[in-house]
Amino acid sequence: MAEFPPGDDYWLLPEGVEETLPLQAEHLETLRRRLLDLFYSWGYELVAPPLIEYLDSLLTGTGKDLELRTFTLVDQLSGRMLGVRADMTPQVARIDAHHLKSDVPVRLCYLGEVLHTRPDSAMATRSPLQVGAELFGHDGVESDAEILRLMVATLCAAGLDRIHIDLGHVGIFRSLARAAQLSDVQEKILFEALQRKAIPEIERFLDALPIDDALSEMLAGLANLNGGKVVLEQARSLLKEADASVHDALDSLQQIAAIMRDSAPGVTLHFDLAELRGYRYQTGLVFAAFVPGHGQEIARGGRYNQIGKVFGRARPATGFSTDLKTLVALSPSEAVHSMMIFAPAVDDAALHKVIQQLREQGERVVVELPGQVDGHQQMRCNRMLVQSDQGWQVKPFG
Amino acid sequence: MLTIALSKGRILKETLPLLAHAGISLKDDPESSRKLIFDTTRDDVKVVIIRAADVPAYVNHGAADIGVAGKDVLMESDVSGLYEPLDLRIACCKLMVAGPVDGIRANGRLRIATKYITSARRYFAAKGEQVDIIKLYGSMELAPLVNLADCIVDLVDTGNTLKANGLMAYEHMADISSRLVVNKASMKMKHDVVKPFIELVSEAVKQRGHAS
Repeated sequence: MAEFPPGDDYWLLPEGVEETLPLQAEHLETLRRRLLDLFYSWGYELVAPPLIEYLDSLLTGTGKDLELRTFTLVDQLSGRMLGVRADMTPQVARIDAHHLKSDVPVRLCYLGEVLHTRPDSAMATRSPLQVGAELFGHDGVESDAEILRLMVATLCAAGLDRIHIDLGHVGIFRSLARAAQLSDVQEKILFEALQRKAIPEIERFLDALPIDDALSEMLAGLANLNGGKVVLEQARSLLKEADASVHDALDSLQQIAAIMRDSAPGVTLHFDLAELRGYRYQTGLVFAAFVPGHGQEIARGGRYNQIGKVFGRARPATGFSTDLKTLVALSPSEAVHSMMIFAPAVDDAALHKVIQQLREQGERVVVELPGQVDGHQQMRCNRMLVQSDQGWQVKPFG
Repeated sequence: MLTIALSKGRILKETLPLLAHAGISLKDDPESSRKLIFDTTRDDVKVVIIRAADVPAYVNHGAADIGVAGKDVLMESDVSGLYEPLDLRIACCKLMVAGPVDGIRANGRLRIATKYITSARRYFAAKGEQVDIIKLYGSMELAPLVNLADCIVDLVDTGNTLKANGLMAYEHMADISSRLVVNKASMKMKHDVVKPFIELVSEAVKQRGHAS
């Protein structure tokens, strides 16, 4: 490749890894604080799980998906394999099950960097700043609704509007698959085709199976059960013959939808009964958030009642998580407030005092360094300190 | 606003009548125009004309809400952000393993020349066969003739090109036809436009099936 001679590439970052530059970093930090304050006000306690762990504990109770997404390394002290966390949710579940051992509902939140070996979706980062909240110890629509409302509040705090929530329930597919006595392989094939709503493939696959027509029709129908609230009525009639757990699932979807319509009227609800994100460990309601103009989901969550079991204590759990970097990229920028005051390089006790007072009031003051030529604009200063008869005063430039 | 991604040639020609059933016709002739974005008879629908292999990327990123892509292209692309709810039953052909009429004299690993490296790798892996794959961009039929490969994996329509070059089909890997693909986020956020559209196109596909 003589046309592109190799140059210095010490600045080059790995694909899907980015550094955050000043204005954006400020925006990120502002939002980080606002979200932690939000969780705090809802009574969620902050936890900080470690960045690396023994691989087996990191992957306990999770699926193959997470294993493939986890960076691994060898621990020089113990000789054991370590993993860099790719998802903090299982770590937080372990904290609840193993360390807190509480009998009352526990509300935890977390925020930290995770690493993915492969991006989750096209152009996604491999180093998201995961932020989320989990509620342990209650099984029911009330806790699901609380988490869902907190997710909406999180997105609103990031300045997002026109939020769409996609609701589904893994119990429906799981129950139908069980009734059809699908083998693991068959279930995997059907699951995979359902994720693509590849209706022709689903129909062909079901036709070849020795299951009764009614059941086959219900499984095939799942791929079409998506849209507005009319979907729930369609599901009632299509899945009429299904067992009670399917109807319980539809009941809870209906209740959640009613709660959300009352408490978050600005949010558009969408139902999709073939959406099975996190199928391996989710056990009930699943949901994701979308905003117009962005082709991928921006936050996701749901119920997972089993995960604590491998840590010695199965507790009902529900939660959501999102990526702070995605939220910052999508939220309107808010940098105006951060303009600074320029102080001249004069050694005067009165000036030092004024600077200190201004800083205590929350102003940002930068001091000129000797030999510096102008450049206050590049330094994002819109005012300066000037000496007058009344002492040092803040004056706009120009 | 709904953006539909199509590719020039056979897919475009066979898709336009299906779109017409949904009340969508292009205002300019895409075969003679050099435009890339076309207005349609529906104010809320735009059509973009791109390379067939690019359709999954456009729809996956949400740059287009809907697209028409061959199953061969979908099998090659590694995207997870789209749905394939409808088989349009157009541009039909077969993905096949083909080679010399007088058989393969391979010793050791089979060398396969193909444009469809993902499909080829998966197909032979599923058969439990380790193969070497050579990526080519066209005229696959030449590869066995000049001993670049033992056989090829390619789309076969009539089989005439194979025959003319002394090759024959060995194995039928998959039936290929064009699929309607939909961006996952568009399906959820624009379902009141997208779902009726899919219904209408599906109706058109069925009607045409009955007519022929």
